[in-house]
Amino acid sequence: MKVSPPVALATGGQECDVSNENLMTRRRLFMKLGILFNGVVAAALAVPIVRYLSASATRAHRTLPWVALGSLKEFPEGETRLATFRNPIVTPTDGQTADTACWVRRIEGQQFQVFAVNCAHLGCPVRWFPQAGLFMCPCHGGAYYRDGSRASGPPERGLFEYPFKVENGVLTIQAGELPTPGTSAPPSANNAQGTPATFFKGPAAALTAATKGQRPPCA
Amino acid sequence: MRLIAAVAEWFDHRLGLAAPIRDAAEHPVPRNTASWFYVFGSAALVVFILQLVTGTLLAMVYVPSAAEAWSSLQALNHQVAFGWFIRAMHGWGSNFMVAIVLLHMVQVFLFGAYKFPRELTWIVGVFLLLMTLGMAFTGQIMRFDQDAYWGLGIGASIASRVPVAGPTIVGLMLGGPIIAGATLSRFFALHVFVIPGTLIALVCLHVLMVLKLGINEWPMPGRLVKRATYERDYHALTKSDGAPFVPYAVWKDTFFAAFILLAVAGCAWYFGPFGPTGQPDPTIIQTAPRPDYFFLWMYALLSLLPPSLETPALLIGPVVAIAALLLLPFLSGEGEKSWKRRPIAVLTVLLIAITLGTFTHLAGYAPWSPHMNAWSGDPVPDQMLKGTTALERQGALVFQGKQCRNCHALGENGGERGPRLDTVAVRLTEDQLIRQVIQGGGNMPAYGKNLSPAETTALVAFLKTLHPATQTPARDASREAVIGNGPGSPDRGSLAAREGGAEH
Repeated sequence: MKVSPPVALATGGQECDVSNENLMTRRRLFMKLGILFNGVVAAALAVPIVRYLSASATRAHRTLPWVALGSLKEFPEGETRLATFRNPIVTPTDGQTADTACWVRRIEGQQFQVFAVNCAHLGCPVRWFPQAGLFMCPCHGGAYYRDGSRASGPPERGLFEYPFKVENGVLTIQAGELPTPGTSAPPSANNAQGTPATFFKGPAAALTAATKGQRPPCA
Repeated sequence: MRLIAAVAEWFDHRLGLAAPIRDAAEHPVPRNTASWFYVFGSAALVVFILQLVTGTLLAMVYVPSAAEAWSSLQALNHQVAFGWFIRAMHGWGSNFMVAIVLLHMVQVFLFGAYKFPRELTWIVGVFLLLMTLGMAFTGQIMRFDQDAYWGLGIGASIASRVPVAGPTIVGLMLGGPIIAGATLSRFFALHVFVIPGTLIALVCLHVLMVLKLGINEWPMPGRLVKRATYERDYHALTKSDGAPFVPYAVWKDTFFAAFILLAVAGCAWYFGPFGPTGQPDPTIIQTAPRPDYFFLWMYALLSLLPPSLETPALLIGPVVAIAALLLLPFLSGEGEKSWKRRPIAVLTVLLIAITLGTFTHLAGYAPWSPHMNAWSGDPVPDQMLKGTTALERQGALVFQGKQCRNCHALGENGGERGPRLDTVAVRLTEDQLIRQVIQGGGNMPAYGKNLSPAETTALVAFLKTLHPATQTPARDASREAVIGNGPGSPDRGSLAAREGGAEH
């Protein structure tokens, strides 16, 4: 395990260089060429590896698909109900995790708000309390009004909303991505005035008029 | 015996490992380091090996698929012979490993062992701590239940707040657009290949440096570390007052390691495995996810920070903390080693320990979370209804029915998100109560849209009765001055009714 003193090594190397200068230069050139060759191969291999790893970070679905939530009859006017759907983007090993829940608020007629269950703070599932007219989060105590706007607690914005449309008497929403505070649109200018933030840019803005009347007097 | 010696000689002739192993084992250490304070490092290594063994055993049954992981854990718990015990050993081993690594770090810090020339040993140690915490977090996800699922959501929500790169990081972390099969698979790869591989490499480096630089001598107050002289002095010390590590010091390591293994096994046997809790089905929203023990303080911090400070604290805090740990040996690489003469060091450790302990304790009962079932589960205490009017009782019903109880305790029960209301009438006048209920404020939602005028009147009438018998409710003096408050006024009336009731 004894290592020879570094000084001896260094002088040995120099002697070698001096005595076999030409030979060593050629050998060293080959060695460097070999390293360079490896570098080229590594760079070529890096392309598929990086593409493989980053595939999940680049969104394959620019526009998210539409998913049916159910017939309008399932959502009585003036009520907020839990609906579930199978995430439209799935892989064979997803199992139950691709089943997703959302809160559907039918204001009246074909006016809806569809909220993600994920709290806008850190994503825990919020629960609807119809008597209090509040969504409450079990994790860090965030609360939201019936229109999804922030009521209290740590969230900095209202609940995330899915764009919706009604087709042939069926409520459909545009979904497929986990809504998080950073990946979804920040609260719009409208939100500051009283409408809930929208997760996806969509027809929710049309609800402004419908939801304005629901605001508490102090907000 | 001769045969064994011959076989050993045959191997050693080819491996040449006997001499270096003997050198390492018998290297001289200062006699006073043969102490019970110096056993944490080796214990951490032993628990790590336990984790490698039990983890490998679990991987023989566990299925890293979002569709089947939970069922395979059930099979481990209930079908495979001693599957529950191996799971419990692995789970408790992880808790012990984090605890021992932290103890080891505190000991090294207080004994000044990070100072010259052991700065790099400390730095590698910091990365070992981060890897250990990484194992704890990814391990919690392997237990693919509700807590794991929503824990991933919390991780993604935090990661998404990184400016610009947030969405990319979330995509890399989840492996897809949602928390699903790809997410579990990549955390499995991290937990089973990437982080343990890095850990093994760093542990080797860490131990190699301990052998090369020698174990930190017992710090003597007043014996200062100087770059110019330290190594010479240390070698002189090991010559004059040294003893071979094996067996002079190692016996304490072996005893402590065995004790720790026994403690892990004891906890595993007595308390059993951790979970899994409910199935990882995102449509089951009746869940209150909680992180594992060592991340509870973060859970508390995330609830208690003001919203505006949260994102900066989440993103900058860890960077500052890690940078501080990495820079420590460069900022105080020389000087006093003994904790007896480093009061700031001792206070820092105490402050961090008390802070983390307090946050962990708070997270144990999470006063910031509404009690989701309090409104229907915890009745209004009888004595609060004694002698009340019909209107006040109606108010008590409104109080329960509108889920006020989820955030406000009465008596011993109810949520702690808002203040207890046992004596609210002493603090707030009637007008203030009405305003608070209707408009909210101070972190309370506004209930104006959810209460009819009649309900508000009843609720406030009930709240006005909530004061101790010996204390009068709050009065609005200015109002009395302007419009008077005669004996027939509602305030006096309800007070009289209550006091009358108390006499019965």
